[in-house]
Amino acid sequence: MAEIRNFTMNFGPQHPAAHGVLRLVLEMDGEVIQKADPHVGLLHRGTEKLAESKPYNQSIGYMDRLDYVSMMCNEHAYVLAIEKLLGITPPIRAQYIRVMFDEITRILNHLMWLGAHGLDIGAMTVFLYAFREREDLMDCYEAVSGTRMHATYYRPGGVYRDLPASMPQYQQSQWRGKKDAQRLNDRRSGTLLDFIENFTGRFPACIDEYETLLTDNRIWKQRTVNIGVVSPERALQLGFTGPMLRGSGVEWDLRKKQPYEVYEQMDFDIPVGVSGDCYDRYLVRMAELRQSTRIIEQCVRWLKVNPGPVMIDDRKVRPPSREEMKGDMESLIHHFKLMTEGYCVPAGETYAAVEAPKGELGVYLVSDGANKPYRLKVRAPGFAHLSALDEMVRGHMLADVVAVIGTQDIVFGEIDR
Amino acid sequence: MSDAAQDSAAAPSAAPASRAELLDAAMQSRFAGRLTAVPGQIGEITYEVPAADILEVAQRLRDDEGLKFEMCIDVCGVDYLQHGIVEWKTQSATSSGFSRGVTRLSQAAPQEQDGLPSRRFAVVYHLLSVSLNHRLRLRCFCDSADEPMIDSVTSVWASADWFERETFDLFGILFKGHPDLRRLLTDYGFIGHPFRKDFPLSGNVEVRYDPEKGRVVYQPVTIEPRILVPKVIRHDNRYEAALKDAKPDG
Repeated sequence: MAEIRNFTMNFGPQHPAAHGVLRLVLEMDGEVIQKADPHVGLLHRGTEKLAESKPYNQSIGYMDRLDYVSMMCNEHAYVLAIEKLLGITPPIRAQYIRVMFDEITRILNHLMWLGAHGLDIGAMTVFLYAFREREDLMDCYEAVSGTRMHATYYRPGGVYRDLPASMPQYQQSQWRGKKDAQRLNDRRSGTLLDFIENFTGRFPACIDEYETLLTDNRIWKQRTVNIGVVSPERALQLGFTGPMLRGSGVEWDLRKKQPYEVYEQMDFDIPVGVSGDCYDRYLVRMAELRQSTRIIEQCVRWLKVNPGPVMIDDRKVRPPSREEMKGDMESLIHHFKLMTEGYCVPAGETYAAVEAPKGELGVYLVSDGANKPYRLKVRAPGFAHLSALDEMVRGHMLADVVAVIGTQDIVFGEIDR
Repeated sequence: MSDAAQDSAAAPSAAPASRAELLDAAMQSRFAGRLTAVPGQIGEITYEVPAADILEVAQRLRDDEGLKFEMCIDVCGVDYLQHGIVEWKTQSATSSGFSRGVTRLSQAAPQEQDGLPSRRFAVVYHLLSVSLNHRLRLRCFCDSADEPMIDSVTSVWASADWFERETFDLFGILFKGHPDLRRLLTDYGFIGHPFRKDFPLSGNVEVRYDPEKGRVVYQPVTIEPRILVPKVIRHDNRYEAALKDAKPDG
């Protein structure tokens, strides 16, 4: 009798459903997965080691590139850690701006996840829909920081600058006719806050559109219901956070349970799932889109009527403005020292965590009193999720691996660091 | 939980601190004399655990009704080799003047090499209790700097699996009892542990395509490591603990 052996298959790293650079070694019995061994590290850039060789502020840009679809949330954890060690608190307006942009980032991330997850398991259209709204949010990033993705907008002590009074305008071009440009510019005629307000007004209808496409869709349900079921006890054991944990029915959200910035003032709910399968995690994320919209609305309302500083007034942390620097000797010295050497952070260690769109993103910072971090460790939510992939896909079919990778919302920038 | 709720109701302004205090008291009553508290930030609690006890302590932290740390949020290594050592002296002038005056840390022998060899590698655990809503940090120094080894906590928290693999990969700390201690982030066949402080930032080898051999080859790095911004420690009187009381606003 012929010997029957399991078949070992290599999935990725150049597979569109591998979400970047995941290499998965699958041991299969027919089409059923016996064991999945993820090989990661293909995007390892040594961010933490690099940060050890640079003054604190020069690493903010690296944080954007960790989880490169939720940029500002990564920055947030990093600046929170520095602020904790320095013992400074940003002005209230900066805190509102941060909360608003954290939620914009959450929508950005969930739209990317929705589009990619849909594409992976056979729903083409939703990707195009999701990117239509993402474009508007990217414009918010651009208006506030000048870049569409890697913003470097949060700084220890506040944010880089106040919200702009005007939005960048579209121009007529070879690809965009005059009418189209006009239509896009109509929404962009006011301030950034007007634009965001307009967005929150029409976004709930967009979520309804996505849900019409998916929530009761028979194919979508066949691909997600009862796939990758994780019990709440197991989810805690495996270190799940964010929608992965809430999908299993554990009501845990750092924004509510260990609030930072002004989340205490915000009125929102924590959606939780029941069965802990891919479909419930989908529902949780869709509900989070609505909750984020609510938070943004509240922030916009507050920001419109409460002007004020957006950066702490501390010359030892905040560089002086260009104007002051050109005319004042002390400002020039401060500027020079902050731009070259940076500031020293008192010795100690701290852990700051934010509820990033994917889960708890924590920054463990050890300082020995120098102008560079002694050790920086980024606790990425996706890292813990991916380590549980083996357990989640065992006994499922090959096609379900793709659904599970999608539901975990894997981004390699944060896993490999 | 109900105690915490009552406590925070009585003193709402000190709510986060009181939760930490409650945890601190709970820890003291259970582990008095065995674990040393490490002073740190307000609201964050750190204990130093002897490396030999970690598994037993972890088990108790998870199962004890008053602690309930169901989650291991993070495990990471820290290499204390160059802690507090600077590349640029700011306190004293050199005979040759200030110029660049940078001492490269990789060349400068650490002063306490023979004094405190066992205090080089630490493993830091971040724990979270979802049901009681508190956090704890544990720090364990490995006994030996040459062959740092510690018990694995994968039997207590499944999430420690990859975190320990990563720590092994980057710091070379061995985890006794880990089911599958392989490298995780670095390349297949990588030599060395890159996050150790004596590992150069630019690495030891680089890869390039060799057209003569028709394949990718490894060779020693050709770039010179350089320091763009020297590491300095400025003694800022705002952060001196002894001077804190003298400040008018406390």
